[in-house]
Amino acid sequence: MNDIKEKETNEEKTVQEDDVPHDKTVRLMSPTRMVVRRFFRSKLSIIGLIMVIGLFIFSFAGPLLYTEWGEIELDESGKTEYSVSETTYTVDGKEYTIRQTTEKSLKDNFLDGPSATHILGTDNEGYDIFVRLMYGGRISLTVSFIAVFLITILGVILGGIAGYFGGAIDNIIMRLCDILICLPGIPILLIISTILDASEIDAKYRIYLLMIYLTFISWPGTARLVRGQILSLREQEYMVAAEAMGYSTSRQIFKHLVPNVMPQLIVSMSLSLGSMILYEATLSYLNLGVKAPYAAWGTMINIISTNQDILQNHLNVWVPAGVCIVIAVLGFNFIGDGLRDALDPKARR
Amino acid sequence: MADEKCVPFDANNDNVILEVKNLCKSFPLKKTITGKVTQELIAVDNVSFKLKAGETLGIVGESGCGKTTLGRAILKLHEPTGGNIIFEGKDITKYKKKQMREIRKKMQIIFQDPYSSLPPRSTVGGILSEPVEVHKIVPKAEIKNYVLDLMDKCGLRDYYYERYPHEFSGGQRQRICIARALSVNPGLVVCDEPVSALDVSIQAQIINLLKKLQEDLGLTYIFISHDLSVVKYISDKIGVMYLGSMVEYGTKEDIFSKPLHPYTQALFSAIPHPDPDVKMNRIILKGDIPSPANPPKGCRFHTRCPHATDICKEKVPEYKDYGNGHCAACHLLD
Repeated sequence: MNDIKEKETNEEKTVQEDDVPHDKTVRLMSPTRMVVRRFFRSKLSIIGLIMVIGLFIFSFAGPLLYTEWGEIELDESGKTEYSVSETTYTVDGKEYTIRQTTEKSLKDNFLDGPSATHILGTDNEGYDIFVRLMYGGRISLTVSFIAVFLITILGVILGGIAGYFGGAIDNIIMRLCDILICLPGIPILLIISTILDASEIDAKYRIYLLMIYLTFISWPGTARLVRGQILSLREQEYMVAAEAMGYSTSRQIFKHLVPNVMPQLIVSMSLSLGSMILYEATLSYLNLGVKAPYAAWGTMINIISTNQDILQNHLNVWVPAGVCIVIAVLGFNFIGDGLRDALDPKARR
Repeated sequence: MADEKCVPFDANNDNVILEVKNLCKSFPLKKTITGKVTQELIAVDNVSFKLKAGETLGIVGESGCGKTTLGRAILKLHEPTGGNIIFEGKDITKYKKKQMREIRKKMQIIFQDPYSSLPPRSTVGGILSEPVEVHKIVPKAEIKNYVLDLMDKCGLRDYYYERYPHEFSGGQRQRICIARALSVNPGLVVCDEPVSALDVSIQAQIINLLKKLQEDLGLTYIFISHDLSVVKYISDKIGVMYLGSMVEYGTKEDIFSKPLHPYTQALFSAIPHPDPDVKMNRIILKGDIPSPANPPKGCRFHTRCPHATDICKEKVPEYKDYGNGHCAACHLLD
């Protein structure tokens, strides 16, 4: 027996001496770098990235470079509006028609078409649409990032605790999730919006309050995702090893389990960024979110509800905002899909 | 089974690092709505032994006999359901998770599967320095040198520091696992079938590494394996398990030269001999190992024992010392 072992020890030595030189020069990639590389291999995810980065530059750097008009700066160059009125009456069997043209000078230059002064024209109040598009983007993007950030933090903490501890704690947190998922979102939003109206909160901040509410009703999705992942990872032997090494519970959850949930989490985050932008636009469109005079993409589309004429004849007022929403949502979804493919260990290309 | 077990070796307690007394571990299988257990699986049943510092205890037995559960229950990775574990003179059976964390650095485990027991998203350096950092083994500034030194001891090259577990073969991964277990300077290491997932030449490397580390660092091993030749090579003491209980325990020499229990005899008769001309006296056991959820009455082994008598079906045999700390549980020896 001993002889056999000794022979094999000798063999081991020769093997070790052999594989040193060429091995040393090779730098292997970390899992993160491999994912990044696979992400950039997909054209669609690059397009998505360009779309999103473009929107960010447009919204955040745009107003600093293009300073002709402000967000709530009216074009007071004036506009002349002509109105024609006809009056018909009969005198001695003859019909007379009197046409009266009134020339009215208005203070604000509203519903102006695209021109050199206003790249995309002005809206029904006389605000510059191009500039408001940029400011609206700021709100939409900030708000959706904040909401997704909060959802992720809440979801990871509560889902992580539920998945790791299991038992009664898991039951309580998951039933809470079930209850929150049952709540109808929009009716409650209407109520909250009315309350916010009554309490006279600054129009600028009410959208953030609504986003906190959205976070509150949206975290169960993330929590379930995290819990499901952790339930399966918890049984892995390296978690038993972590317990055997004497790591604290929070270290086990947040240093060993959560990093392994990150792939799924990143995908769900990037996909929910898109849906949050949609949510924000819906809210603003329903006049629940950002209110005039402040701009948001949804609020800008909402202008069509004031006047039928705008819907038909002034496409420059509402189409650009819609295009921005589409670009943002598509961009985030492309990135999400690209990340999902890149993070999938089975799809090695 | 008798409550008071024999003391496996001489009565003086010098140097005893670990004492296990009547350790039991059962898992609930069926529960009523109120949480009362109606059926349970007894994985470890009344196991007792003492282990001196610097020794190696080999635990052998077939699949599903509770070897791994015993190893994990000693480290309290499974909460024992009965008995006591006395480690370095302290009874740790009732220790809470928090209290255990302090003791973890003195007792470590090496797992069977080197593929799933390393976290996939940390580098080797990260895996090895984390326990050092958590248990404050060396000052922060010296961690890297300490880890590199440790890697050298375990036969890992220094440039592996930045690499990830998926870049390594099974044998190298097992070296990383060994290095991780040793990073906190433990006294006791439970090796839970550390070589069974590796191929034979790598097995020899790992076992020689474990043996060398034991000599250098004065480690105590509990070496769980189903490979008898490996156990024979590395162990000082051997415990044979069958269906959750220890059927025989003694020094390596005693157990291999005169196995007492019929199960041990059957087990050892199955060791292949390198010389094909040697006539082997194999004792072939009939049937399968019974389910631990529904163990047979009396001696657990009587369903397969070639020498079973009536008393075996009725009475549980006592676990007794038959001289020189060689213990066995069998009616036939009386």
